Amino acid sequence: MGSSIPASVPADAAVSPVAGAGGRVARRTRRLALAGGGFVGVLLLVAAAAPWLAPQDPVRQSLRARLAAPTLEGADGHAHPLGTDHLGRDVLSRTIFGARVSLVVGFAAVLVGGLVGATLGIAAGYRRGWLDTAIMTVADAQLAFPFILLAIGIIAVLGPSFPTLIVVIGLSGWPGYARVLRAQVLVLRSREFVDAIHALGGSVIRIVSRHIVPNVLSSLVVIGTLELARSIVLEATLSFLGLGIQPPTPSWGGMVQEGREYLDSAWWISTFPGLVLMLTSVAVSRTGDWLRDLLDPTLRGE
Amino acid sequence: MRAVVSFLATRLARALVAVWLVSTVVFVVMRLSGDPVPLLLPPDAPRSEYARVARELGIDRPLPVQYAVFLGNALRGDFGRSIHFRQPAADVVVGYLPATAELGLTAFAVALVIAIPIGVVSAVRRNSLVDQITMAVALVGQSAPTFFVGIFLILVLSLKAGWLPTSGRGDWSNLVLPALTLGAFAMASIARLTRSALLEVLRADYVRTARAKGLRERAVVIKHALRNAAIPIVTITALQFGTLLGGAVVTETVFAWPGIGRLAIQSIYNRDYPVVQCVVFLSALLFIVINLTVELVYGVLDPRIRPR
Repeated sequence: MGSSIPASVPADAAVSPVAGAGGRVARRTRRLALAGGGFVGVLLLVAAAAPWLAPQDPVRQSLRARLAAPTLEGADGHAHPLGTDHLGRDVLSRTIFGARVSLVVGFAAVLVGGLVGATLGIAAGYRRGWLDTAIMTVADAQLAFPFILLAIGIIAVLGPSFPTLIVVIGLSGWPGYARVLRAQVLVLRSREFVDAIHALGGSVIRIVSRHIVPNVLSSLVVIGTLELARSIVLEATLSFLGLGIQPPTPSWGGMVQEGREYLDSAWWISTFPGLVLMLTSVAVSRTGDWLRDLLDPTLRGE
Repeated sequence: MRAVVSFLATRLARALVAVWLVSTVVFVVMRLSGDPVPLLLPPDAPRSEYARVARELGIDRPLPVQYAVFLGNALRGDFGRSIHFRQPAADVVVGYLPATAELGLTAFAVALVIAIPIGVVSAVRRNSLVDQITMAVALVGQSAPTFFVGIFLILVLSLKAGWLPTSGRGDWSNLVLPALTLGAFAMASIARLTRSALLEVLRADYVRTARAKGLRERAVVIKHALRNAAIPIVTITALQFGTLLGGAVVTETVFAWPGIGRLAIQSIYNRDYPVVQCVVFLSALLFIVINLTVELVYGVLDPRIRPR
């Protein structure tokens, strides 16, 4: 779904009394996207530098400072700008460390999903025939029911760990890549340059790696960015359901779950990690929308 | 007509393959998830008792046999007996279905009633303050995690303001928060789509003609523009309905809503395979039926895209 309309449309003045608003909207979109990208960049730095940035050990408990409201002078003599949880752990420090789980799982899952989805999508579009039918039928099947149920089932079987989460979340996204890339490769493949390279004796591997992949790279980047937002949210959702990275390692979804029982008396435990998660998701998907408009406007309908 | 039939036949065949694939994967995953018998017996139960229960559940047989039995029975709508509830799994699921239907339909209705007027106003007053604010909220709504939307609504509207109950099912007041939570994503998507579809149409020649002949703006927007923008709105709206099923799993868990989403999660923990399989089978089927219907409705609404 496109968020903005092409900048200069002929009937623009008739629709809107604000003439020339299109350019301003485009500029604002770009600024928002830059802000989104900047947020993600800062988050990456924060995650990388968590041990130095976090004011306290994220798993250190302190009975004296249990359920403390946001304060600069806690009962244990430390500042807790975002309060403490039911075990007296510092919410700010836990939120900072939580970024690590979200980003590591998110990026790794995008790599897994992108690799599987792109390979299968390109194979389906290039080979066509039964392989295409088989791959697309499986993709449709996976899209046909709430994936979260399957994710919960698999994680319940294999146990929650980083590799399991990454593979499960990554595989949840492959049909998205496969569908788009297949459609693009179908078009690319029928172009004359492919026949020409064939005639000159170029191998399939050469055609795909030198001529097909570079042509679909921008779509891959766009889908990957939008998938990153989805992966981060899915990881948090699984953690919220108790199937993510296990305590005491802090993760945003897990923190929202832990704070749920104390929502009435200590709202800050759930609210802060939840807000940061929401901001991250909005920032990443904004960046993705902007990349799409910039690199590949044809993807809009997807 | 023949083209329509063959188109439908192909879609139907693919849909059936999809349901089969999904149930097979779930069958395999659930069987790997461990033995349910120890969950049913006291820890000091004798081995003979253990074997009897396993035989009763049919899980003492080789996996391929279990699979064949499962497929054969599923085709007749028989998913076996629930291990936890000790009654036919299909009956258990059907018992939980009304709660989910109530929640899903309400969420959907709320989303539509709120989103379409917002989308229309945003399109007509493009770039106004109202447009900018509602679209910013919609953008956030589209990427906000469902579980946090739920927690946040509970915090603000029921714990702090004290207007609504936090969980459970009862009268209408129990329904408000879960419906808003579940409908949030659909609401945001539909509002944004209505806006962009309407903007597209408002540029068309016939809208200019309608304006030129002196029609009031209200008539132009509602009679001429909105009707033509309806096709993409209907499609995406109906497809959103399918994704509501996935959201129901999370929403029902957050609000302790006794529907099939929460039932499925509890059944996974209870290793109650028959119930999980039945829920998954049912939701895949529902999703596919909805998608097929959308494609048909689409053809009715817009003759240009009927398969030839």
